[in-house]
Order: sequence, then C-alpha cells, then structure tokens
Amino acid sequence: MLEINALRAGITDKEILKGIDLIVPTGEVHAIMGPNGSGKSTLSYILSGRDGYDVTGGTAMFDGHDLLEMDPEERAAAGLFLAFQYPVELPGVNNANFLRTALNAQRRARGEEELDAVKFLKLARAEIKRLSMADDMLKRNVNVGFSGGEKKRNEVLQMAILRPKLAILDETDSGLDIDALKIVADGVNALRSPDFSALVITHYQRLLDYIVPDRVHVLAGGRIIRSGGPELAHELEANGYAAVVAEAA
Amino acid sequence: MSQTTLQASAQGFLARYAGLKSRFPGDNAQRAAGADAFARHGLPGPREEAWRYTALRPLAETAFHEPVILLSDTSAQLTALALPDLPRLVFIDGRFSAPLSRLPDGISITTGAPAFGHIADNGEKLVALNTMLAEDGAAIDIAPGIDAGTILLVSLGADAHGHPVSFHPRHAIRLGQGARLTLAEINSGTGVYFNNPVITAEIAEDATLVHLREQREAPGAFHLSTVFAKVAARGTYDSFSLALGGRLARVQVHAHLAGENAMAHLNAAQLLGATQHSDFTTTVRHDAPSTASRQTVKNVLTGHAKGVFQGKIEVARIAQKTDGYQMNQTLLLSRDAEIDSKPQLEIYADDVKCSHGCTVGELDADQLFYLRSRGVPEADARNILIRAFLSEALDPIAHDAMRDHMESAIAAWWDKAPTP
Amino acid sequence: MAAVAETLDTVAAVTEGGYKWGFSTDIEMDMAPKGLNEDIVRLISSRKNEPAWLLEWRLKAFALWKKLDEPNWAKIHHAPIDYQDLHYYAAPKKKQGPKSLDEVDPELLKMYEKLGIPLKEHAILAGVEPVEGERPPIAIDAVFDSVSVATTFKDTLAKSGVIFCPISEAVHSHPELVRQYLGSVVPAGDNYFAALNSAVFSDGSFVFIPKGVRCPMELSTYFRINARNTGQFERTLIIVEDGGHVSYLEGCTAPQRDENQLHAAVVELVALTDATIKYSTVQNWYPGDADGKGGIYNFVTKRGACRGARSKISWTQVETGSAITWKYPSCVLIGDGSVGEFYSVAVTTNRQQADTGTKMIHIGKNTKSTIVSKGISAGRSDNTYRGLVRIMKNADGARNFTQCDSLLIGDQCGAHTVPYIESRNPTAKTEHEATTSKIAEDQLFYCRQRGLSQEDAVGLIVNGFCKDVLKELPMEFAVEAQKLLAVSLEGSVG
Repeated sequence: MLEINALRAGITDKEILKGIDLIVPTGEVHAIMGPNGSGKSTLSYILSGRDGYDVTGGTAMFDGHDLLEMDPEERAAAGLFLAFQYPVELPGVNNANFLRTALNAQRRARGEEELDAVKFLKLARAEIKRLSMADDMLKRNVNVGFSGGEKKRNEVLQMAILRPKLAILDETDSGLDIDALKIVADGVNALRSPDFSALVITHYQRLLDYIVPDRVHVLAGGRIIRSGGPELAHELEANGYAAVVAEAA
Repeated sequence: MSQTTLQASAQGFLARYAGLKSRFPGDNAQRAAGADAFARHGLPGPREEAWRYTALRPLAETAFHEPVILLSDTSAQLTALALPDLPRLVFIDGRFSAPLSRLPDGISITTGAPAFGHIADNGEKLVALNTMLAEDGAAIDIAPGIDAGTILLVSLGADAHGHPVSFHPRHAIRLGQGARLTLAEINSGTGVYFNNPVITAEIAEDATLVHLREQREAPGAFHLSTVFAKVAARGTYDSFSLALGGRLARVQVHAHLAGENAMAHLNAAQLLGATQHSDFTTTVRHDAPSTASRQTVKNVLTGHAKGVFQGKIEVARIAQKTDGYQMNQTLLLSRDAEIDSKPQLEIYADDVKCSHGCTVGELDADQLFYLRSRGVPEADARNILIRAFLSEALDPIAHDAMRDHMESAIAAWWDKAPTP
Repeated sequence: MAAVAETLDTVAAVTEGGYKWGFSTDIEMDMAPKGLNEDIVRLISSRKNEPAWLLEWRLKAFALWKKLDEPNWAKIHHAPIDYQDLHYYAAPKKKQGPKSLDEVDPELLKMYEKLGIPLKEHAILAGVEPVEGERPPIAIDAVFDSVSVATTFKDTLAKSGVIFCPISEAVHSHPELVRQYLGSVVPAGDNYFAALNSAVFSDGSFVFIPKGVRCPMELSTYFRINARNTGQFERTLIIVEDGGHVSYLEGCTAPQRDENQLHAAVVELVALTDATIKYSTVQNWYPGDADGKGGIYNFVTKRGACRGARSKISWTQVETGSAITWKYPSCVLIGDGSVGEFYSVAVTTNRQQADTGTKMIHIGKNTKSTIVSKGISAGRSDNTYRGLVRIMKNADGARNFTQCDSLLIGDQCGAHTVPYIESRNPTAKTEHEATTSKIAEDQLFYCRQRGLSQEDAVGLIVNGFCKDVLKELPMEFAVEAQKLLAVSLEGSVG
C-alpha cells in the first residue's frame, strides 16, 4: 500500500506540491484528476524518484519502504511502475533486450532467479498476444519511430511483463484514440487483483469509463481538495474543475 | 606552390608599405603592428590546414600597386549595378567617393581613414595585410535603440590605372543596445585588381545586424575578405554571402557569440563557372550558454570551377545548451568542376545539440525527367531545379529589394554561364 | 546524490583499478640495445636471417624516415618521443619461431590463458559455444612484443590452400608473395610512422587466400606488448586472390606501465577481383592511469587496396585503449564496383586522446563507401573523428555515405568531427551527417524506473548508440566489445 503524508515538494524556488495526503490500499485503483499545472506529473515523478525535484516535507511509504530514500531502480524493484506521459526513445536499444535486462535486474534485486532468453521470449510473446499487439513490438528499438499510441501501448506491455505491485499511469490517455484507449485499459484491468494497486493520473474522465476507479481525488494548487467515489469523475466532467475548485476554496 | 612566389609577393606589399607609411591616414600604431605581423608571417601558404584547399599562387604572381585617387567619372559603372534606391556609401578602388554616395540621415558615419574597430584579428594573415595597407573605410555607429534601416556599401574596382591595383578597405560597424541595421554590400568592378576588405561588427545586447553581401567582382579580380562579428547577449548577426564573381575569391566570416542567447546565421551561395575558384570559410565560436548558429551553404559549380567550403563550429566548455547547425550542399554540373568541403565540429560542452551535413551530387535525374514530361524544356527545367536548390539559402533573406537584386544577379550569371 | 557526481565517482573508482589486462609476465627476453641506427636495422634483419632484398628495403625505409617529419596535424598533444630511448627488438629467449605449441614457453601459454586467448587447439575446440554446433574454431597468431610465438591451426588451413603464418616465416617460405606485395599498399615512405615501421618491423601476421577459397575459419592475431621500453612494430599483410574471402580479427593488450610505450604498426590488405576482406579490431592497449601517466602511443597505418572489380574491404574497429590513438584505416577503391567500409567505435576516458577515422579514395567507377563512426568521450579526454572522402575524376557513379555521431559524457571532455569531402565527379554522390549529443537525463531515468542500475542504463544506452558498428563484428568479438565498452565507461554518465 502507498501512503503519502503531508508531502511538500517542488523545483528550485517553487513549491508545487503543498501538502499531499493520500492512501492507496493494496488492491485498489485510485484516480487523480486535476487541471493543468495542478502538480499531477510532479507527484508521479517524485514517487518514482526523478532527479531535479526537492522534497521539502512529508513522507511517502510504499509497502513499508521509505520511497523518498530510494534510488529509482530500487523503487522499481520494490514494485513501483511509472507509465510515462512522454515515453522516452532509446535509439539502438532493442525493446526485448531492454525489457529482459530490466526484468532480470528487478528479479536479481529481489533475490529471484533470472530468466534466460528463451523463457523471457515466451513470457513476452504471451503478453503481446494477450494485449493484441503487433509481434514486431519486441524487435523494434525502444519507442524509436513509434507513434504516440504505440508508445503508450509499449508502456502497457512493459507493465504487463514487469508485473508491478503499484502502477502509476501519468496521463496515459493523452493522445490516444478510442481503440488504443481500450487496449491500455484492458491491460490495466487484466492486472487488477488483490495484490495490485494503481494510481491513474488523468485530466479527463474518459479513461475512467474503462478503468473504473475505487476512489477519485481532485488535485488542485498542489493539494488534494476533494475525494470521492467514481461518481466524482462524472461530476467534474459535467461541471468542470473551476466549480470544484471554487467550492473547495 | 613554391614558397618563394608567396614570399616575393609579400615583399612587394611590404615595400609598398615602407614607401607610403608616412602618408597613410589613421592609427599608425595599429598599422605598424599589422605591418610587423605581416612581415613575420607573410601570406598564407598551402601547408596551413586552413588554406589546404585555396592556393594564393595566382594572386602572388600578380604585382599590385597602390591606386591613386581617380578623377575620371565612374558613375556609368555604378549605374550598371542597378542599385536599389537606398542610402549608400560608395568606395572606388577602396577610397570613399562623396559625390557618388548618399548618406543616411541621423546616422553617425565617418570616412576618410580606415576604421580599425575593436576586435582582435585572430592572427589572420590577410587581416594583417589589410591593417598594413588600409587607406580608407567607414565607421558606422548606430546608437542604442535606433533602427537605422538599410545602408548599401558599394565597392568598385575602376580599372583606370593601366596596371593591377590592390585596395584594403577597413570598415567598423557598431550597434548599440537594441539597435538594428541592414548592411548590404555589393562588390564589383572591371579589370584586374585585388579587393581585401575587413569588416568588424560589434553587436550589443538585443541588437541585430543583417549583413547581405553580393560578390560580383570582375572575372580577373581577386577578392579576399574577412568579417569579424562579435555578438552580445540576445544579439543577432544574420548574414548571407553570395559569390558570383572573381577569379580567386575567399570570404572568411568569424562569428563570436559572446553573450547568452546570441545568434548567428552564416548563409551563403556560391555559383561558379569557367576556372573560377571561390572559398567560403567560417568559424562560429559559441562562448556563452544557450547560443545558436545556423549555416546553410549552397554551391553550384560548372565549367572548371572549384568551390571550397570550410566551416567550423566551436563550442566552449561554458557554452551549454548550444544549438549549432550547418548544412553544405553542392551541385556539380560539369565533369571538370570540383568541390572541397570541410565542415568541422569542435565541442567541449556536453549539453549541446550540434550537427552538420554535407551532400555532393548532380541534378536529380528523376526530377528533371518529371519536369520535362510535363512539357518544361530541359534548360528551363534545370533552371527551376537549380533555383529550388538555392532556395534554402536565398529565401530567408527578408530584405525584398536586396533579395530581388541578388536574384537578378544570379539570373544574369546563369544566362552567361556555359551550359554543361 | 546527484546522478552526475555519483557517476563521476564511479568512473574514478573504475578507472583506477579498471584495466584488467595490466599484469606483466616474467619471460627471459632477448633485447637489442636501445636506440635506432643502421646497425639496429641490420641487427633486426640478421636476427631474422632475412634475405638481402629485405635488408635493403629496410635500409631504404630508414633513410626515408630520417628525412620525414613527425606529423602534427592531428588533434593530439604529447611530450616529444625520444626515438633513441627505445628497444627496437625484443623477443622471448628461445629458439625463433616455435614449430609447434609444445615448444612454446609454458609461462607464455599461461599468460595467454590469463588473457583468455586459448593457444592450445583442443582448448579452443572445448571453448566453442555448443549452441549452434557449427561455429568454426578460430585460428590464432599470437605476437608477443616483437615476435610471433604461436600460430594455431596452420595445418588445417594449409589443406584448403590458406597460408597463415608469422610474416617473418613467410619471408622464407613464400618470398615471392612477400616481395610482390610488401609495401605495395603502404609504401615505405608513406608517412613518418610507416617509414619507421618499414625499417624496424619485427613480426606480424601473413595471410594469403588463394583464388576461389573461402577461408574455413576466422583468423585472428593477438598482440601483446610486455617488455619495458620497447616499441612494437608489427606488420600485417593480407592478400586475397580472385573470389577469395577472409575474416580477420585483431586484439591487443599491454601491461600497466608508468612510461609511455610506442606502437607503430602497418597493416596492408590487397583484395583482387571479387575478393572480400573483413578486418576487425578490438584495441585495448593500456590507456594510462587517471592522471594520464603511462599508456600506449598508438600510431598505426592501416590501408587496404581494392584492386579487383567488385572487391570489398571492410574495417571494423572498437578502440577503447591507448593513451594516444592516431589511426585511419583506409580503402583505395581502384576496381570498378569495389566497396569500402569503415565502422568505428572509439571510446576515450580520463586523459586519453584519440584522433581516428578513415580515408576512402574512390578511383574506379561505381565504387561505394560507407563510414559509420561513433565517438564517445568521457573524463578529460579528447576524441576526434577525422575522415577523408575523395572522389577522383573518373569515379563515375561513386557513392559515399558517412554518419559520424559523438556522445559526450561529462563537461570536461571534447568531441570533434573533421571530415574532408573532395569531389571531382558530377555523377558521384556523397552524403555526410554528423551529430553531437549527450545521454539525456530522461533516458537514464526511464531505464532506472524500469529497474536498471545507473551503470547498466549507461551501458545499455551506449551499446545502443554503437549498435550500427557492433553488429558488424563477428559474434565472439561483439560480445567482448560490448563488455569492454561497459567496463571502459562504467558509471561515467550524469
């Protein structure tokens, strides 16, 4: 379970998160919605450990680990996965090789046995088939020459193979057409289980029609100003953020 | 090339200096330093890396004399240039001609002596020669915040002495903070002469100098020019050099981006035929963070012409976030034409984006066929494709009158050029 | 800790104890006195019992060398080299040219084992990956300081007509071939270092592939400098007749020494009609320590002549070692339709300096060349690509494509690109592209988010950057090269 307590953080001279309190119990899917500039992406970067942000207060615990003290790869090995809003291109790096290296690094860190090339390919092909993706996905270089939709699907494929305990989806729906959106949602839903939780960050309610969250939180001005059930997403869609923000103020 | 030809030629220039030094106008200390440097180093030779593709032998084999002030009328030559109707500074054989010039209002311009400027000469031998023999030049000062419009800077070789002459004009441009100027140079003439201008440009914060240069020297002429541009923060040096004329020509442009977000464009087009040799050599020194440079250089070569491009992008350790780009493309239109290209990157900062590209080839046969299959005669089709090839360098010229002037100069050149 | 500082620390940690091939071996040596003069040249020649023509050839080269100047156009700096303060001949004491492996000094065999170079033929067979079962073994010529100490699989090769032996042996066994081709691609007076090599070369490999023969196994030479204050001047000559084919691999290491050691090799390749030569190098000479003390000065002249129509010469190099690398493996494309290729990865760290690239001289019609260069600079190093593409007047339809990419790691190093493009034929087409970049923070973070350590992430990204070159290497070498890249660069990114 993820437990964030009074988290304050930002970049040099600018506080972006102004005291976030949030608990995502194991097995639940929570959505974070908010207007542009509310700190949604900052929250995902801080949880995953990207350089360049200063944490000025508060804590973030994940399964008993103090997340904020860990390197990004340690967080990954502990089971945290970030699906990037803008997946990064790695020229010359083959997707299959990348995934196997990542998977085995995580397994090694957890004291599990590494997968050889044959076993890995079997696993990867099965996931590709289950997600109705093209076979050549594994042969191509990581995100190089991928369309926006393909990049997002590749994120979901990686998630399916790495099997995290907690997935943070940072605006994974941006730039997706409806078919791609369904594939992404199916990918997440397939992982839903009592051991898996997810934090779905989005601007629009659309994605939440397919990944129905247990809880919805509204992030504005660096704080969570309201929390509720899935119906809150519909209310936001109907009335806009401004109304909710005004009401909370 | 024999070293002695170059040395003998250098001796000739030095002797001229010795005979005339008491009569030269302007700063004699600087001139003496230039003479001293020239006496020590002479003319650049073929064993120098920067001169491996351009040999000065034909220049060194010609004896050049000091031009005298002309009393004859050269206005017909000027008329033939069909200059745009703009303020202009006209130099005949390197000397300012007040009657042929039309000064702009409200701008500080001094002539009558070389304007040495304040930029160190980098040890350039051609600049030492200029410093030693400079007779005249224009000092143009644009006060902060002033948009000075366009000034034409015209150089004519008059061919009125009965023997080859050389002239070494020295101009200095200074733009105050936020000032703006378009300097449009036209170099032309008749007969055999050697034009060796040096221009220094100091561009203050937020100022912009647009420098358009049309080199259409006489077929027997030598043109070796050097520009130093130093650009302060957020300033821009935006230049385009067109090379059409001369027997042996080299244009050197050294841009120094000294302040953050300074910018330089060093575009050029060289169209050469017969046995012409033309060299466009640049260095851009990125010396401050977030500076940018763009170079698009196009060569169209026919006959027995030889084109040279040397371009160096230097990025100092401090110049993080530099964005440098350089593209050199050549069309070889005859079996005897030749291109030597040496684009260079020298990079000491890690967070930079620098790239260069270079292509050499002939006109695309498929494109040519496509046009002809649509009924365009071959000659026209070639012209269309060549113009299209040049467009990346020519189209960014925002100054309509000067772009038109250059376009017609190119058209005239093309009409005369031998069909390959 | 910020990624930059962290990785710079790791670099330091790695580079201090990082050169794993730096041990020296105690072998009794037969050494010429220090210094270079005609007598030394005569001594080398007489030690090898050479015919008169070769001694004459050496002496001519020596006379040329004395007239030449050390080249100064490369972007490298070093204290003047004292050519009189070197031994020009060093050989393990024993009879010359062991006839069989049993005669090789066991200390030497042990050293090669330690380096992972199996000289025992059965060991090689045992070491072959069983996966595909059909991978042929590799024949190895091992050159220790100045002389060849062992050549494996000679007999197997001889059955197919392939000659693979030390050049000192070929001088005696195939004098007509050596005499015909030696210096025909790199003339003795070609440049300062080639002249020096021609005067004092001691040994190296000789390969001859007769008409129509596809060499049944990869050939490999392994160079090792061991003795102090010795220069190594090996000479390699490879001739492939009509329709022949050979793949040749070259590896190099040297012990860790405080002083600089000179290596000035010459490699000549001749490809006749329809012949193919693939020449791969993994150069890992000792690069010196973190402060730039010690290390090999590597001044090498490598050139191939595509003399026959449709012949092909392909150079692939992975350069991670040497304090100074000065090396331009070139192709002279004479035969119509001949092909030249140059694939290079050059890594410099600490105080290393590399000025390396190629020359592609297009003479014949429809000749084609490809240049792919990947330079990686870290530490306080300087890494220069210098390459010439020259299209001669009659090279109708010639094609060149050049791609030069530089990667900078840290802000104390330099990456430079100096191409020369000279075209004299309108029907020829040349294209050159160069880029400079660094490993982006977001690439590193992306990999680490997926669970890779900083070092693994750097290795992965750098290997991706070099992929177009590494894929040209024979399989066994490619794996070695990838590991070498990782070791050279471990942790050097921020």
